[in-house]
Amino acid sequence: MTTWLINLGGLLLMALIVWWFWLSGRGPAKRAGDTPLDIVVDNGVYEPSVIQARAGQPLTLRFLRRDPSPCAEQVIFHDLGVSEFLDTGKATTITLTPRQPGKYRFTCQMQMYQGTLIVND
Amino acid sequence: MNEQTLPIQGATCQGCARKIRTALLAVPGVSSAEVDLEQQTVTVSGSADRAALRDALTESGYAADDTEDAEADAAACHPAPQETRTGGAGPTQKESEHLLAITGATCASCVRTIESALSGVARVHDASMNLADRTARVAGNARPQALIDAVQAAGYGASVIDDEQQADQQREEQEHAHYRELIRHTVIGLAVGIPLMAWGLAGGTMMVTAGTASQWSWLAMGLITLGVLAWSGRHFFIGAWKAGRHHNANMDTLIALGTGAAWAYSMVVVLFPDWLPEAARHVYFEASAMIIGLINLGQALEMRARGKTSEAVRRLLDLGARTARVIRDGEERDIPVESVQAGDLLRVRPGEKIAVDGEVEEGESRLDESMLTGEPMPVSKTPGDTVSAGTVNDSGTLIYRATRVGRDTALAQIIALVKKAQGAKPPIGRLADRISAVFVPTILLIAVAAALAWYNLGPDPRIVHMMVAATTVLIIACPCALGLATPMSVMVGVGKAAEAGILIRQGEALQTAGDLDTIVLDKTGTITEGHPAVTGVHTIDSESESTVLTLAASLETGSEHPLARAILAAAEERGLRTETVTDFQAHNGKGVSARLDGTLLRLGNRRWLDQEGVAGGLEEQAEALGRDGATPLFLARDQQLLGVIGVADPIKQDSRAAIQRLHDLGLTVVMITGDVRTSAEAIARQAGVDKVLAEVLPEDKTREIQRLQGEGRKVAMVGDGINDAPALAQADVGFAIGTGTDVAIESAAITLMGGSLHGVADAMAISRATVRNIKQNLFGAFAYNTLGVPVAAGILYPFTGWLLSPVIAGAAMSLSSVTVVTNANRLRLFRPRDPSRDNEESRGES
Repeated sequence: MTTWLINLGGLLLMALIVWWFWLSGRGPAKRAGDTPLDIVVDNGVYEPSVIQARAGQPLTLRFLRRDPSPCAEQVIFHDLGVSEFLDTGKATTITLTPRQPGKYRFTCQMQMYQGTLIVND
Repeated sequence: MNEQTLPIQGATCQGCARKIRTALLAVPGVSSAEVDLEQQTVTVSGSADRAALRDALTESGYAADDTEDAEADAAACHPAPQETRTGGAGPTQKESEHLLAITGATCASCVRTIESALSGVARVHDASMNLADRTARVAGNARPQALIDAVQAAGYGASVIDDEQQADQQREEQEHAHYRELIRHTVIGLAVGIPLMAWGLAGGTMMVTAGTASQWSWLAMGLITLGVLAWSGRHFFIGAWKAGRHHNANMDTLIALGTGAAWAYSMVVVLFPDWLPEAARHVYFEASAMIIGLINLGQALEMRARGKTSEAVRRLLDLGARTARVIRDGEERDIPVESVQAGDLLRVRPGEKIAVDGEVEEGESRLDESMLTGEPMPVSKTPGDTVSAGTVNDSGTLIYRATRVGRDTALAQIIALVKKAQGAKPPIGRLADRISAVFVPTILLIAVAAALAWYNLGPDPRIVHMMVAATTVLIIACPCALGLATPMSVMVGVGKAAEAGILIRQGEALQTAGDLDTIVLDKTGTITEGHPAVTGVHTIDSESESTVLTLAASLETGSEHPLARAILAAAEERGLRTETVTDFQAHNGKGVSARLDGTLLRLGNRRWLDQEGVAGGLEEQAEALGRDGATPLFLARDQQLLGVIGVADPIKQDSRAAIQRLHDLGLTVVMITGDVRTSAEAIARQAGVDKVLAEVLPEDKTREIQRLQGEGRKVAMVGDGINDAPALAQADVGFAIGTGTDVAIESAAITLMGGSLHGVADAMAISRATVRNIKQNLFGAFAYNTLGVPVAAGILYPFTGWLLSPVIAGAAMSLSSVTVVTNANRLRLFRPRDPSRDNEESRGES
C-alpha cells in the first residue's frame, strides 16, 4: 500500500512539474500603452514577465535592475536583435518596434530570467 | 486639465505601483496617474487638488514626507528585507545629483535666473551653476526632465550630462559590495558546514538516537543550519519562490529545493526518529550548510572572473578625455568634456587627448589613432582634417572645432556598438539556448524519477538513498555553465576584436568569419591606397600633353571620382587652367562626357569609346601603361581619339603581406575591379591574389558574389562600405574597410577601423579562436551535465556501489561555472598576429 502511494505521489509530482512549468499559462499579460512600462528585475524574475504590445508600434520598456548579481546584468530580446546592459539601481530604457506579430522571448544572457513579449496585430 | 507630480516612498514593485494608481484614480477629477518607480514620483493628470491627492497617497501607505519612514511600506509589498539589495541604490533613501549642460547663459544675472528656476523645482535641495564651464549641479531627487523644463521655461537650454565614467565607477563599487556579501555568506556557510563534516569524517556519529542528549544537540545544529539557510541562502529561496510563482524555474530553484530537502529530512530525523527505520536516522545538516557556502563561493569567483570579460569596453571608456580646453570669447579654460558643445573651438596641446570629434582649424600635428583603428603609425593632421575623440596628440598643438560631441562621437558610437555586439549570439549557441530554456524543470523531473527508482529498486535504507540521490541531482545540475558558455566567449571575443580596430556587429558574422573559404577584395581603396595619380600621358602626333591634360581636367572638374581627382591634381601641378564645360554626364563604370565649344568630349575606357564609334589608336602605349598597373583612360573629341592618360593607384604597403596571411588561413583571394584586365592583372601580380575579376561594373559586383556562392563557396566581400554596400550585404560576411574613423559602421557586418587588410585576417583569426573557445565551453558544460546528473542519480551504484555525496555535487557545481568563465577569459590572451613576424615584414619593406 505504502509503495503504491509513494509511486503514485511521485508520478503526480512529475505531472505537476510538467503542468506548472510548461503547460499552464504564465499569468496575465501586461499591456504596454503609450507610456513607458516599468519592469523590475529582481530575485530571478522580471516583473511583469509577460508583456503585450501592438505590432508596428514603438514600445518603451524601462528595466529597473535591483538584483546586483551579474546574472541580471543583461537583457536580450531574442529574434529582435536587442541586447542591453542594465545598471543596478538605475532605469535602463529600451525602445523597440516589433514588426511581426508573434511571441518573443526576452531573457538574461543565461536564460534564468525569462519573459515573453506577445505582439498582436 | 493640469499635471502635477507628487513624491512617493517605499514603492518598490509593480504591485505598489498598481495600488498607488488605484488609490489616486479613486480621487474625483483624476484622469490618469503614472508611477515612476525609479524617481519615486507619481504624475497625476486631472483637476484634483493636491491635498486630496496627498491624502489618497497617505491612505495607500506610500506618501512621502520628510521623515523617511518607509521601511514598513516597503516590507509590506516586498517580502525581501532591504539588506538583500546591498549596493543597489534603494529608491527611498539616496539623494542623487544631476549635472546639466546649460546653453544660452552669458552673464552673471543668467546664473541667478537659472539657479532660482532650478531651486523652484519640487525635491531640489540645492542648485548651483558654473558660468565658466556652463554646467549646473542640482542636488535632490527631482526628475531630470523637470529640471530641463524649468531651465527652458526660464529661457535657456539644458541637457543632462551622463557621466559614463562615474556610472562605471559606481557599478564597480556595487559589484564589489556584492562580492563582499557573497564572501560573507560563504564564510558563514562553511563555518557551520566544515566542522560538522569534520566531525562526521573523524568518526563522530551523524545518527540520531531518540531520547538521548544527541537528539537535543542535533536539534540545536538543525536550528543553526536553518539560520545559515535563512541568512546566507536567503537569495536562493526568495529567487526560487518568485520564479516558481511566475511558472519559471532557475538555478535558485535547484539550490533551494536541494538544500531545503536535505534540511527538512534531517529535521524529521531529529524530531521524529521513530517514524524512520533505524538505519535511516542520519542527519545531513552539514550538506545544506556546505552547499550554501560553496555555491556562494562559486558565485563570488564567477563574478570576479566576469569583471575581466568586459575589460575591453572599460578600456575604450578610459580613452575618453575628462576635460577639454575650450576657447570662448578669446579666453581659454579647462571644462568637463561633457559640457563641450558642437561649434566650440578647442585647443589640444602635445601629449593630450582629443576630447570630441572635430575639424582642425589651426596648427599641424600627428595623432596616434591606434586605439581606434589598430594602426600603429601616427597620422598627420593639418587644417581641414577631421580628428576623433580618444586619439592622442603627438608633439604639435592643434586648434579644432567640435563637430560631434557626447554620444555622437565616433568613440561613443563604437562603445555603444561593442556593448551591443557583446550580447549577440552566434548560431552555435542556439542549441544551448534551447536546452537552457527547459533545463531546470527537466532536472526536477529527473530528481523525482531518481528518487522513485531508488525507492522501487534500491537497497535499504531506501528513504535515505531516495533523499540523497534527489538532492545530489538537484545540486549537481548546472544551468549556469550551459547558459554562460556562449555569451562569455562572445563578450571576450568581440572586445578583443574591438581592441584590434575590428567592430563586429552581428553574432552570425563572428561565427561565419571563421568558416570562409573565398574572399573577394575590392581593388580601389582596399588593396590599393585609393588615391590614384597620373603616371603617364600619351597623345596622337597633332596634340600636346598639356592640351590632352587640360581637356581631361576640364571634363572632370565637377567629378568626385578618385580618377578624376588624380587628373585634376596632375593638371594643377603643371599649372594648367581648366575650361568650363556644359552638359556633363557620368556613365557609370564607363567614363564621362561633356560639351566644350560645340564639340563632344569623352574620357573613359576603350570598350565604351569603341561602342560610341570613336576611332582606334595608341593601343601599344595603353598596353604599356596597363602593364605597369595603371588604368588607361582614353580622351576623344567627337569621334577622334586625342590621347591616353595612365592613372595608377599604388597598392598599400602591407596588402601583399596581409593577402599572404589570408592564403595561409586557406582562403582563395579574388580581386574585383572595374579596371581593364591588363592593369588589373598588374595590380593582382603585385598583391599576390589568386584570381582577378576585371571590368566588372559596380552593379555587377553583387552578381559576381552570387555566382561564387552558387559554386558552394562561403564568400566574404571587403569593400569601402559606401559604393560596395549591396555586394557587402550579399556576401556571407561583409567587411567595410575604412581609413580612420570616418567609416559607415552600419553598412557591413564587420567594420575595419584601420585601412589595412591585416584586419580581415585578424578578424578571421579572432573568429576562429572565439568559436573554438565557445565549443570548448559548450562541450565542457554538456559533458559535465550529461555525466554529472546520471552519476548523481546513482547510475554507478549497481556496478561500483558509488553514490555521490551532495557536498561533492555542490563543489562540482560551483567549479563548473567558474571554469567556463575562466576558459572564456583565456581568450583575452589570444593574439591574432604574431608580432615577431610583423617586425620582419616592416623590416623587409623598409
